[in-house]
Amino acid sequence: MKAWESWGRYPQVEQQAHTLVWRTDGLPSKDGSVLPHGLGRSYGDSCLNAGGTLLLTSGLDRFIAFDPATGVVRCEAGVSLDTILRLAAPRGWFLPVTPGTKFVTVGGAIANDVHGKNHHRGGTFGRFVRRFELLRSDGSRRVCAPDENPDWYGATIGGLGLTGLVTWAEVQLKPISNPYVLQETVPFGNLDGFLEVARASEKDYEFTMAWVDCLARGKKLGRGLLYRGNFAPPQFDGLPLAKSHLSHGVGLAVPMDMPAFCLNRLSVSAFNWLYYHRQNGKPKQRLTHYDPFFYPLDAIYAWNRIYGRRGFLQFQCVVPYSTARDALKEILERSSRGGLPSFLSVLKTFGDIPSPGWLSFPREGVTLAMDFANRGEKTWKLVEDLDRLTRQAGGAVYPAKDARMSPENFAAYFPQRERFMPYVDPSFSSSFWRRVNPVSLPFSLAAERGASAAPPPQSLLAIR
Amino acid sequence: MKKVLVLGATSAIAQATVRLLAARGASLYLTGRNAANLEAVTKDAATRGSAKVESQVVDLNDFNSHEGLVEAAYTALGGLDGVVLAHGVLGDQAEAQRSWEATEAVLRTNFLSAVSLLTVLANRFEAQKAGTLVVISSVAGDRGRQSNYVYGASKGALNVFLQGLRNRLAKSNVAVVTVKPGFVDTPMTAHLPKNKLFASPEKVARGLLSAADARKNEVYVPGIWAIIMLIIRTIPETVFKRMKL
Repeated sequence: MKAWESWGRYPQVEQQAHTLVWRTDGLPSKDGSVLPHGLGRSYGDSCLNAGGTLLLTSGLDRFIAFDPATGVVRCEAGVSLDTILRLAAPRGWFLPVTPGTKFVTVGGAIANDVHGKNHHRGGTFGRFVRRFELLRSDGSRRVCAPDENPDWYGATIGGLGLTGLVTWAEVQLKPISNPYVLQETVPFGNLDGFLEVARASEKDYEFTMAWVDCLARGKKLGRGLLYRGNFAPPQFDGLPLAKSHLSHGVGLAVPMDMPAFCLNRLSVSAFNWLYYHRQNGKPKQRLTHYDPFFYPLDAIYAWNRIYGRRGFLQFQCVVPYSTARDALKEILERSSRGGLPSFLSVLKTFGDIPSPGWLSFPREGVTLAMDFANRGEKTWKLVEDLDRLTRQAGGAVYPAKDARMSPENFAAYFPQRERFMPYVDPSFSSSFWRRVNPVSLPFSLAAERGASAAPPPQSLLAIR
Repeated sequence: MKKVLVLGATSAIAQATVRLLAARGASLYLTGRNAANLEAVTKDAATRGSAKVESQVVDLNDFNSHEGLVEAAYTALGGLDGVVLAHGVLGDQAEAQRSWEATEAVLRTNFLSAVSLLTVLANRFEAQKAGTLVVISSVAGDRGRQSNYVYGASKGALNVFLQGLRNRLAKSNVAVVTVKPGFVDTPMTAHLPKNKLFASPEKVARGLLSAADARKNEVYVPGIWAIIMLIIRTIPETVFKRMKL
């Protein structure tokens, strides 16, 4: 048994690990439950399995085929998006959808049905997964595709790794004419400003996302910078497509856990003020390599260590357009008032393209992601409040970034939960899954609806 | 190395080496015992940019197959200028102490099969007056220790054989590179508790290839093992025999 942590460094749990080596091998026979685990970039406990076994997919990292004519890549589930880009980008292909880190595996991208800056155009990652093989604990193997075992396909995409082990997958990439992105940064003064600029940008820009100064209050509530961009046209003026430009190494590293006092309201506030004002209030255009545009944080290796030993809690919600303005205002106000600064907050609009995954998180509306240093009960109370506001607005919270949502909230956020249940492999489980589905609690959703979420029990806080 | 025969291509270090060679566009002839695993490694190499990849399922403990195997590799790639010999077993020291059969199995795979293959390959390379023979040995061959001296003996014998081969082939422009990895985090060592001395197969593969490119004689990968083994070799036997290593 060894202590494992996820990207948010909370919780830390004891569990065993088993490294998978060959895709044709069977699953190990272990006591207790198993859970596939890729690069561990989920923030909370959806990639952890306290007391059970993690199936490490790091050994399943082989390519099976890549067709440079069609952009279809087939690979084992432990291949990272970074590895795919290294293979495909120099040959004119890019990921159809990519999250803000390239250090996630294909299996993880399927299990969390990740989204990117182009959700309004492309939808989720799952839409580009043509087929995959699902290995169940009974030894059965199924090839799943929209027209082959479609139920298993729908359950597994966004299925949090619970339906079995994805051994390999086939993904449709999209063509690019060069690795550069023409990016524009547009400041907005408040939340209304964001909604206006974001909607207006969707028409002409494939990629949009906004950084928001979550400490600004009053009239400036929700101010920030919107980044929008498109891949640059072919043969962009005088641009060398040197090989050195096609890769972008890891730059810096956070060498150690930062002490807690480095991140306080004053320092975060100063950072946000400077960040917002370096823009002079004017839109700014520049040409940038895809790496810093899509993966700014990957350049700082182990950036999660800036939150220190106690880690941090991520909170990402989506709320429908009909309630977005009021709900986000309340959420931003509540977090700004809480005195617990979120170092990095991101706003983005989701389009109406449906995902094939039943339990997929993205849905039409506005999404807001924040991270809060873990300061114990105060932080938990704040995030519970944000959960409640999200639920009241008819929205959802992202399991990949959660370490504490209640079973009632999970059921409310994911109405397809009941349909999904029968597809969960009896030998597969996760800390997240047991938390949001306590067996001893046959709850009635109707009775729970509207009830305010209870603060976390002390025992939960004591896990560390 | 542009046309390379990789023996034991499904081992972790060999797989990592195959990837680096594939990315350079080398032509590869791969061998392994398990057909499905070998096919996975072959397709991976082909996808990553290998100019040509062919493979053969073979148990290298069948010494009679060696001549035909080398011939097949020459035919498939239109010649050979590099060999990476990576097959081997760790064995079980306790089992080997109880049974000669277990000891013999380790010596057959790690030493005798390597000698048989290198006999065929060395003659070919000597005749063509070119080529690089890279053999994965181990730091365990530097000094016998109670915890794994059977494995260590198989690698120690291999090291001496390679020294002689290097001496013989020096005038024929053939490089013989002995690679001595320390602890490597692979399926072979999956049962061992890990510490900071364990290196990834990727790191060992990078060290292996740069040694092959530079046509070095003996290299420790990672380099820190040169110092560790210097110390281990220097301890007087009267003291060493009482140590628990």
